[in-house]
Amino acid sequence: MSLKIIHQERQEFSAERMAEVQALIAQYPEGKHKSALMRILHMAEEDFGGWLSVETMNYVAEILNIQAIEVYEVATFYTMFNLEPTGKYVFEVCRTGPCMLVGSDNIIAYLEEKLEVKMGGTTADGMFTLKTAECLGACGYGPMLQCGKQYHEHLTKDRIDEIIASYRSGVVPKEIAR
Amino acid sequence: MSRKILLEHDDVPGIETFDVYRKHGGYRSVEKALKTMSPQNVVEEVQKSGLRGRGGAGFPTGMKWSFLAKPEGVPRYLLCNADESEPGTFKDRYLMEKIPHRLIEGMIVSSYALGANTSYIYIRGEYMWILDILEKAIAEAYANGFLGKNILGSGFDLDLRVAPGGGAYICGEETALIESLEGKRGNPRLKPPFPAVKGLWGCPTVVNNVESIAAVVPIVNDGGDEYAKIGLGKSTGTKLISASGNLVRPGVYEIEMGITVEEFIYGDQYCRGIANNKKLKACIPGGSSVPILPAHLVTKTAEGTDRLMTYESLAEGGFASGSMLGSGGFIVFDEDQCIVRNTWTFARFYAHESCGQCSPCREGTGWMEKVLNRLEHGQGTLEDIDLLAEINKKIEGNTICPLGDAAAWPVAAAIRHFREEFEWHVTHPEESQKRNYGLVLPKSTLV
Ligand SMILES: Cc1cc2nc3c(=O)[nH]c(=O)nc-3n(C[C@H](O)[C@H](O)[C@H](O)COP(=O)(O)O)c2cc1C
Ligand code: FES
Repeated sequence: MSLKIIHQERQEFSAERMAEVQALIAQYPEGKHKSALMRILHMAEEDFGGWLSVETMNYVAEILNIQAIEVYEVATFYTMFNLEPTGKYVFEVCRTGPCMLVGSDNIIAYLEEKLEVKMGGTTADGMFTLKTAECLGACGYGPMLQCGKQYHEHLTKDRIDEIIASYRSGVVPKEIAR
Repeated sequence: MSRKILLEHDDVPGIETFDVYRKHGGYRSVEKALKTMSPQNVVEEVQKSGLRGRGGAGFPTGMKWSFLAKPEGVPRYLLCNADESEPGTFKDRYLMEKIPHRLIEGMIVSSYALGANTSYIYIRGEYMWILDILEKAIAEAYANGFLGKNILGSGFDLDLRVAPGGGAYICGEETALIESLEGKRGNPRLKPPFPAVKGLWGCPTVVNNVESIAAVVPIVNDGGDEYAKIGLGKSTGTKLISASGNLVRPGVYEIEMGITVEEFIYGDQYCRGIANNKKLKACIPGGSSVPILPAHLVTKTAEGTDRLMTYESLAEGGFASGSMLGSGGFIVFDEDQCIVRNTWTFARFYAHESCGQCSPCREGTGWMEKVLNRLEHGQGTLEDIDLLAEINKKIEGNTICPLGDAAAWPVAAAIRHFREEFEWHVTHPEESQKRNYGLVLPKSTLV
């Protein structure tokens, strides 16, 4: 992915979160603190609206005392990092072989129809972004999608209706325990 | 027989907590190793066990450990590979989610054997909730004196940390994993030097899969010789199999190596046959990188003998009529599935995941995806099928890491065994679109 230059007003970690960040950095040997970069980027995404602006990446570079380019290099390599704003909830639907075998194509079509937006797009109300993803390690429980820290597995049309209704009402839908 | 060693007690409520795990015999191997064995003793037991790496390549773990360089005054590292991104593989996740302490216990004993005082579990970024589970369990292990300084009064210190990836299959390759752990892009390194000599931060490093490390627990508890009695021939022990695709009961199974493929697919204890009373069309037994087998070569070898769930039997017949155990990602296709479409999804996966460092892989995986896309959508030509084989040959063996091979092999195998189906897509462009291969939602998923 190439670097998208999207700006956002600079935000900073809360004092509490900063303590967490510093503790993380302290886990690594002297001079090897760059190892904490990826974890801090995940935290920044979580705290600053689900994506990384240039300001955020520069801020992380300052915290780690590394060049901004070192942060850009990493943020553009790893596909989990969003470099542009997304909807409130991002649905990443797996479409690789094993999920395809159990109907992920149908799930993708149904989601696009139901949310009236194509894969890659965001609903007009800014609630949902749809994306396709490659194998997420849930192949035996497909079709599936990931939303934040939650995996939604064994998807059917009815289940998708439930999940969407739940997110709309601000509740993260629970998964059935295996 | 289904045999639970790694997944023992996975059905006990609360087994993810230290107390319940400990009550069920957890952390015995740490007591045994630290109090009664030297690090070299542990390495020897692992050598005797015949354990082979469970990450995909099947390299003997004990031998790998014996290669670790031990220069004076230089720290050594053990890295656990929990990147688990090979399509069809979801076993490490099951173990970590259900019994996180099994992995932690294995990490302690293995770190002791290797003389590592700081070890890391590198986990794929999408498994963020499992990272939380692991960190909670690690905190419990610290609180109970199994991690930290002077563990059980033995003088052995160990810090264990978890680090997340960011969504890149390539970081499962051991040198890319090391780069990533250093906070860089996941570009594989040229070997030599091997990680055993120069790994994390230039120090001697061992990288092992989650399942390999968990297997060290029963090896230390019962001894390497006892462990070697489980399984068949050089395929010692049990193996976690991730079963997916059109099965009545997909999921993660721990099997004793040596059971037949027939029993695994159709047996009551395992997958219970093909979903919706359909017939078996094909199977990829070891994750997306290994060759696909057509139905007649799945349960039998080309010689007509029973195919077994072992490294050797699954590979019997070489690339002409065999496959590989790989990561144990067992993907099953019913009679209605489209091999062309599946092959295309894999090619798309590899094109997406190529790190871009080597041109043959970066360009080649992209071309393969384009050509397969054409074929799948009824716009291909017969020459395209040969073109795929050509591209294949140009990638194979011409790259720094094996991702290029992993991308090329499944395409070559699909064409080898299902050429007619590829040709049919060319000669029947319209029908191939209407037949909706792979678009059928099996009843089993309609809860
Ligand atoms: C492209 C690629 C991806 C890989 N992905 C994984 C993975 O997700 N998990 C894993 O354990 N090994 C993976 N491996 C294998 C590792 O490089 C390494 O051999 C393994 O972690 C060694 O552990 P083991 O000896 O315990 O199997 C991958 C290899 C390649 C080339
Ligand atoms: S193929 Fe969808 S989770 Fe693995």
